[in-house]
Amino acid sequence: MNSLHARRRLRLGLRLGAAAAITLFFLFPVYWMFMISLKTPDEIYSYPPKWVPGQFQVGNYGVLFKDGDATAVWHSLLVAGGSTLIAMFLGTICAYSLARFKTGGEHLANWIISQRMVPPIAVVFPIFLLYVWFGWVDTYVGVILLYTAFNLPYVIWMMRGYILDIPAALEESALVDGCTRWQVIWKVVFPMCRAGLFATAIFTFVFAWNEFLFALVLTRTEVVTYTVQVTHYFGGQSNFWAKISAMSVLGTLPIFIVVAFMQRYLVRGISLGAVKG
Amino acid sequence: MAHAAAPRQAGFADRNFKYFLVGPSILVLLLIGIFPLVYLLVVSFQGITMTETDTGFVGLRNFAHLFHDQRLWEALLHTVIFTAIALPIELVLGLAMAQLFLDRMPGRAVFVALLVLPVVVSPIVSGATWSLMFDNRFGPINQILGWIAGHEMPLLWTINPHLVYPSIIAAEIWQWTPFMFLLLLAALANVDKSQLEAAAIDGASYWRTFFKIVLPAIWPVMAVAILIRGLDLFRLFDIIWALTSGGPGTMTETLSIFTYVKGFQQFETSYTAAVALLIIVLLSVVVFAALRRVALAR
Repeated sequence: MNSLHARRRLRLGLRLGAAAAITLFFLFPVYWMFMISLKTPDEIYSYPPKWVPGQFQVGNYGVLFKDGDATAVWHSLLVAGGSTLIAMFLGTICAYSLARFKTGGEHLANWIISQRMVPPIAVVFPIFLLYVWFGWVDTYVGVILLYTAFNLPYVIWMMRGYILDIPAALEESALVDGCTRWQVIWKVVFPMCRAGLFATAIFTFVFAWNEFLFALVLTRTEVVTYTVQVTHYFGGQSNFWAKISAMSVLGTLPIFIVVAFMQRYLVRGISLGAVKG
Repeated sequence: MAHAAAPRQAGFADRNFKYFLVGPSILVLLLIGIFPLVYLLVVSFQGITMTETDTGFVGLRNFAHLFHDQRLWEALLHTVIFTAIALPIELVLGLAMAQLFLDRMPGRAVFVALLVLPVVVSPIVSGATWSLMFDNRFGPINQILGWIAGHEMPLLWTINPHLVYPSIIAAEIWQWTPFMFLLLLAALANVDKSQLEAAAIDGASYWRTFFKIVLPAIWPVMAVAILIRGLDLFRLFDIIWALTSGGPGTMTETLSIFTYVKGFQQFETSYTAAVALLIIVLLSVVVFAALRRVALAR
């Protein structure tokens, strides 16, 4: 009896040890980036590398704000926020139509999700030439419109799933009670799938926030997002490490905080709704 | 049931309500769904380059060039290599981790919450992070290897032709194994417990239970995970851009990087259009075949 107990404890101990080791491995690069951003430039180039800064200081961030480079984070916020709001509104009403009226049947729904799978590199080239023609390169309109288009399939697909999950009975009785169709959407459907709306919006935001290739091609100076700003420090002298790390942390920390509150919706969100989690 | 909320009172606006709802989205989607296709089709039959602005049609010249362009097919090969190596490793590692974390243990929720973090880091940032980690002098990886070896290990991870693939794949695996892990953990948690118990009573071995009961049960989720990751790997750009930019030479150039260089650095407009069309066609075939099999399209 006692030996069985001991074996079980050993097993649990081994599993815990393995779990801790794996978690440490996956956290280490993040830790490293944070630590570099807190070192002084001298300390970054000390050999052998130090795993803990001698003194924690935020001077690297101060430089970003003083030089105005930190506005890239602000650009990211406007672009990601703007495109998320538009995509959520357009996408949700479209999803409602697909879910409740079967508009366009399976073909339309499948066409929409297949747009999600188009490789950005194949699309960005013609879009760039179109934007040059329109004068939309390096403008909020251009970037927000493209991000909206690119996130719409995701929003439609996810919201269609969430709307299919809620019963249509409430909408019918609201119609009988004299609500207009818009009121039904606004006052019944939106509140009913509030959690889904919220979760989908967060993921849409994260995709736009983290996007790189479109931003690289379509921005120059006015709308440079933080992902492109990070690459501006590449290649030259390696003494840009302080800026690379500080800018990366500025862009990554908000996402970490948001995701901490999103655990419940994470699996459904990243699996395109295939797993309800 | 779907038409239960169908219009009772007629009227043009009411009957077309469902199209009003879809219209704006379709219009925006045309920007990435139809316009690029049409545009690429037209431009790929022209002869536009950085120096040549004449928009006369040159027939199939660009498409013929596709077949002779060794660099293009090498880029496709590199893309396939990255996918063929990284995807199975991510899948197996993710599955093993999901097994490990499936049963209760103290701190499980915290571990899972922390493991998720790499998935939401921007790929360009994780590429930058790994390039700092791989630095031959000031990075911790060579430092750790030095401890193990007992002498200095000044390896040039992102420059040495023998090491660039392992380093890119390491970064890729670091970022996306947690993605596989999360999906497979959810799938494993949904496997029917009574079947597992019945198998245990019958004395079935671990692997037999796994292949006969667990694997079929989690396969739909696994297929979606493979599809999503496979498509992401096919367009692999950010991590490589940060680590090697396709180098040394063109050794780690993927289709996406090749297309970017052709279009935005060498300005071979018409030829790039032909390449982009080729990518779309290649991918459409795969996506079309895959979507029919996968649970994503219910």
